[in-house]
Amino acid sequence: MIHPPNLSPDYRSTVLRAPSRPPIAFKTDPDTIELTSPVFGHAEVGALEADLTRQHAGEPIGERIVVTGRVLDETGHPIRNTLVEVWQANAAGRYAHELDQHPAPLDPNFTGAGRCLTDGEGRYRFVTIKPGAYPWRNHHNAWRPAHIHFSVFGTAFTQRLVTQMYFPGDPLFPFDPIMQSVRDPAARERLVAAFDMDTTEPEWALGYRFDVVLGRTPMEDE
Amino acid sequence: MITPSQTVGPFFAHGLPYAKDWEMVPEGHPDAITITGRVSDGAGEPVPDALLELWTGETGTRGVLTRAGEGVSGFGRCATASDGTYRFRTARPAGPYVSLLVFARGVLRAVLTRIYLEDVPDPLLDGLEPERRATLLAQRDGDAYRFDVRLQGEGETVFLDY
Ligand SMILES: [Fe+2]
Repeated sequence: MIHPPNLSPDYRSTVLRAPSRPPIAFKTDPDTIELTSPVFGHAEVGALEADLTRQHAGEPIGERIVVTGRVLDETGHPIRNTLVEVWQANAAGRYAHELDQHPAPLDPNFTGAGRCLTDGEGRYRFVTIKPGAYPWRNHHNAWRPAHIHFSVFGTAFTQRLVTQMYFPGDPLFPFDPIMQSVRDPAARERLVAAFDMDTTEPEWALGYRFDVVLGRTPMEDE
Repeated sequence: MITPSQTVGPFFAHGLPYAKDWEMVPEGHPDAITITGRVSDGAGEPVPDALLELWTGETGTRGVLTRAGEGVSGFGRCATASDGTYRFRTARPAGPYVSLLVFARGVLRAVLTRIYLEDVPDPLLDGLEPERRATLLAQRDGDAYRFDVRLQGEGETVFLDY
């Protein structure tokens, strides 16, 4: 199993929120609506929404980065014109969210949310700043490794994926029950972006690559 | 190898919701229905930080992130309120059900279910024990439907394998 089991007790919030009964397989036919997915139009997503450093009057504090990659299906085919949404903490590890109580500074020039549509090769690209690690109350001295939340649509509603992208070499990985909820080490590795010199822009920003591979489109049962 | 899922976490409010995300059709639309309910956990407590996505599967309809004018969408989003409740206004679908995904802190991969607006012979419903079948049936009151999501425990909603 690639996905984490919903009951992963080291992540305490799962204990009362994970279903106790196994999910039910369902048969599909041409009218099965889970075989289709919403389509978002280019007119709905502004070009500037992919640049999280240019949403305010000034520039945000932090290490400017470029995060790019492709959205693919399991057979390696690109998923074109699909919506990718990201959200993250600022460089100090603080979210622009009223319930985030971490006593780290907010940045008036950083909201930390962006979206774009993939191009004809399934490629997306965001400009942002590197998020900080932040504490949470799961256990004593619990810290989340720096991460960017990703939300991706495929061509079927059953391909819908929300995940988190981590940065290579973070020493917090072994201590994070959310990342460790993915049991297969090779699968866990798929959550870690790769530093990429070709994406890095001289005198300007470090570059990271992160491909998102969605599960197969369910076939219609005959 | 596919990319594993991770929880949506508690802090998606500045990233995923958008204006009128739950209003998939304008008020007064001739086919408008509302679907409301509450998300609760294994202790029966409301889940105040879930995000629900509704998909009616209408081929050709778009997601419609912007609601300028009379936008009609087959897709909607609603973050639960502090009492765990949610609401959608959508057009009555062609078939008997709509698809629902539930994301939340503490849910490592979104759970998928169906809201049946009519109790009809159906390959999925007919394979379930009556008590479990009932968890997929919305309660109708005119053009309003009520559908609660129980993530765990007594009356646990039937979730689908995907
Ligand atoms: Fe986070």
